[in-house]
Amino acid sequence: MTTTIILSIAQFIFVPALSPALVGLIRKLKARFQNRQGASIFQPYKDIWKLFHKDEVISKDASWIFYTAPFIIFAVTLVVGASIPVFASLTPHMPTSDILVIVYMLALGTFFLALAGMDTGSAFGGFGSSREMTISTLAEGGLVFSLLATALIHGTTDVFSIAASDVSQDLLSFLPVVLAFMGFFIALLAETARFPFDNPATHLELTMIHEAMILEYSGKKLALLEWASANKLMIFIALGSSLFFPWGIASTLAFHTIILGVVVFLAKAFVFCLAIAVIESSIAKLRLFRLPDLLLFAFILSAIAIELIE
Amino acid sequence: MMNILASPTSFLMLFIPFIIGGIGALILRKNDSASNVWGNIFAIIGSSWSLIFALSALYTKANFSLSFQPSYSPFFPISFHVDALSALFILIISLVAIFCSLYGLGYVKHFYKHYDIGVLGFFYNMFLASMLLVVSSFNVLFFLMVWEIMSITSYFLVSYERKNPENVKAGLLYFIMTHAGTACIILAFLILFAFTGSFDFATISAHSAAIPSLFKNGVFILAVIGFGMKAGIIPLHIWLPSAHPAAPSHVSALMSGVMIKTGIYMMIRLFLDIFMPIPLWWGLTLLIIGAVSALLGVLYALTEHNLKRLLAYHSIENIGIILLGLGASMTFTSLGMPQLATLSMVAALFHTANHAIFKSLLFLSAGSVINQTHTKNIEEYGGLIKRMPQTAFFFLIGAMAISALPPLNGFFSEWLTFQALFQGIAAADLTVRWIFIISTGALALTGGLALTCFVKAFGATFLARPRTLHGEHVKESSIFFQLGMGGLAILCIAFGVFSGSLSSVLKYIAESVQQLKGVSSALVTSQTQTIIVGDNFSSASAVALLIALGISLFAVTFAAQYLIYRKQRVDSGLTWDCGTDLTPRMEITATGFSHSIIRIFKGILKPTRQTGIEYRDETSRYFPKSRIVSLGIRDAYRTYLYDPLNILILKFSNYTKKIQGGNINVYILYIFIALLLTLFFVHR
Repeated sequence: MTTTIILSIAQFIFVPALSPALVGLIRKLKARFQNRQGASIFQPYKDIWKLFHKDEVISKDASWIFYTAPFIIFAVTLVVGASIPVFASLTPHMPTSDILVIVYMLALGTFFLALAGMDTGSAFGGFGSSREMTISTLAEGGLVFSLLATALIHGTTDVFSIAASDVSQDLLSFLPVVLAFMGFFIALLAETARFPFDNPATHLELTMIHEAMILEYSGKKLALLEWASANKLMIFIALGSSLFFPWGIASTLAFHTIILGVVVFLAKAFVFCLAIAVIESSIAKLRLFRLPDLLLFAFILSAIAIELIE
Repeated sequence: MMNILASPTSFLMLFIPFIIGGIGALILRKNDSASNVWGNIFAIIGSSWSLIFALSALYTKANFSLSFQPSYSPFFPISFHVDALSALFILIISLVAIFCSLYGLGYVKHFYKHYDIGVLGFFYNMFLASMLLVVSSFNVLFFLMVWEIMSITSYFLVSYERKNPENVKAGLLYFIMTHAGTACIILAFLILFAFTGSFDFATISAHSAAIPSLFKNGVFILAVIGFGMKAGIIPLHIWLPSAHPAAPSHVSALMSGVMIKTGIYMMIRLFLDIFMPIPLWWGLTLLIIGAVSALLGVLYALTEHNLKRLLAYHSIENIGIILLGLGASMTFTSLGMPQLATLSMVAALFHTANHAIFKSLLFLSAGSVINQTHTKNIEEYGGLIKRMPQTAFFFLIGAMAISALPPLNGFFSEWLTFQALFQGIAAADLTVRWIFIISTGALALTGGLALTCFVKAFGATFLARPRTLHGEHVKESSIFFQLGMGGLAILCIAFGVFSGSLSSVLKYIAESVQQLKGVSSALVTSQTQTIIVGDNFSSASAVALLIALGISLFAVTFAAQYLIYRKQRVDSGLTWDCGTDLTPRMEITATGFSHSIIRIFKGILKPTRQTGIEYRDETSRYFPKSRIVSLGIRDAYRTYLYDPLNILILKFSNYTKKIQGGNINVYILYIFIALLLTLFFVHR
């Protein structure tokens, strides 16, 4: 019980503490691909800090949904961040660490984000919400199925228990994991507003999705939203690394295994960021109506993975 | 005390308030407000009594039968049976009815002087009583009688606002469809009678093994059509999206939340309580019907702009989700996995209860909005959250519950349904496994689409600025509206928080069904409000989620507002307008919001688009005066099922016209021939 509480608190802080660095890392890597020096990977921390000290302008059309949404969205990412294995798999059967609980908790954040986008009556916010909901709806099938594949392999839907299970060395039984991971990675790109679904760097009317929804925010609330989306990225990276490739995750409370777990996680997170940066530097954003094909592909990959599980 | 409350006498007496309320409302019809208060107060008394009865029946594990054989009518024995399953449905009906009647006290006011309040009160009370009778009757003839009373009273309620011709038409469609369904039900019961020789459910159950499998399958198909018509499965649902918007809002809440569940109740009764061994394909068929209804229901909901019609389509979706649980339960029963069957049954029953609560909440809040704005068109709302804050809040709770967002009640029943399907994927072999995979996929997609649809409904109705003048003179509804909605909203939260205890109660109810008797499933257990599925397969807890969310929310708010930087100034400004004046026409509309999804699913939805243009000068055609674009949906089931059926019936009617010459002598000849033939066959 004490380990559960200590670890939960540790993760409660670890996820938001590290997440802006991952965003910074992706930006840095992308800059290097473009032959630029790029800002420091700690720049997002400075941005968030700066935004927290800015005054705010809020539309007079906004209701309490607009005011409370950033806090709810950020709190949701904190809860989910504390309920998934990041560097340790020590706390099985927490009542908040079920795969469906995680998926639907993140949906709670999306729900309020989309409502907040519509709340000010701006044309941008409205279509941003519409596109975000379209993509997240279609991504949900692939996401649930890819997580379900890991759950069926290990006989539990508890993410900590999945991460703690022994990794099979058998190549044949690893095939469904790989297929499911491909499905998961597509869902990751969709849910975290990355290429080819969304361009996190754009503010062009025709293309923005996530940015369109938060266009009316400023100051503290914008800081919270930016931070929450960084947290969401980290949550997906942690899920991908701990559920599909749980190598090196700390399974005892000894000091060196925890340190090893953190180091291994950082290494895996680097690989994920590198993959995202390579994708964002090498391919173009897809047209909105081509995205369903890609998301359906993720869904089918995961369904095949489930079928292959003995 | 509890035993007295759960006794047969107490059960019979609970119908007295409904009768007094109904007849009293008719007597007082000259005085609108007295009639309304009388009818609804007695409905509240009756439903509170039946709520207490159901609770004590569940608590004391009451299980009794009651039969009368009135000497004047030997063919109509009055026979009741109350067991745990009936008690659950009585509980659901009365719980929703209390809040709908409370709401009715305020809502019916706008009918004063326009319509007869006494008639409304009479049919309303009879409707409530007949639903309670349907879920407790235990004899085929008596059941058919009360089923018919339920259909007819609800028909009169649907066409109550008769000055609007659309409502009369909707009522007629409902009338025809429900009687087509009843015909199938009667046929199914007649087949059962032919092989068991009895109209009593208990005797039918005892002799059900003697029915040849061909006829058993026939009964299954007829029952699915008949009860599925009432439940609103696709493609038998066409009455539902037109009837539910037509009825007064507190009646649509009851119809959508509760009445369609009587179809589910009878399916459980027939397939799992009366028939003993059931073939595998029954369960699989229901799984497929459930998946199709859930997915198509929510897709059609996305295309709707009529708020109540949108909610009606969501009822179809949720009936689909309930059928996924029920179908899984039947499949597991046939496969000899009673523990899994219990788990699926708990999921189906839990979703039945939850849907009753959040759907009636949504209908009541929609009624509150419509009552103020006098339009059902979502596109004409906007910005109502500032003028109707309470209604908006209650609608938000309902929307979150129906979209299965934790920690509200809808999440936990959908979670259990998912778990049941997961177990099916893990346990079954090839074909069955694929059906489970497809059902799970349909459920996952349905969840996402429902979320989108309620972002659309809530956003377009309550957020941003008013889109038309309708929204500008709106006030918050009266206290009775708020009591009705508020009570249901509290139930939404409570059913989520106490989902652990509820799942144990529902497990007891599921195990009272004949097929699952004595299973004592270890698959669903609960501990300190945590539902645990399997031997540590999954667990979820609303309390833990609420505590975690509460702590995080507090930490975030406290840190952001007080710790980091306090001296922040918050200005109020205009929404960024790109340098032009922002008009309501620039806001996103419900049509625009769901347009991309409709385009993605255009293979199923078949959207249509008609454009018309009118020029200022017809000869030069340079300056258009007005353009009209009408977007619509071509209903596939109308084109491929109902239209051919319609043509067929018309053709057949044309043929019969030939023997109906209008000459009375010919008709007498027909009667004579019929009489001769009858006598001949009887004599033989």
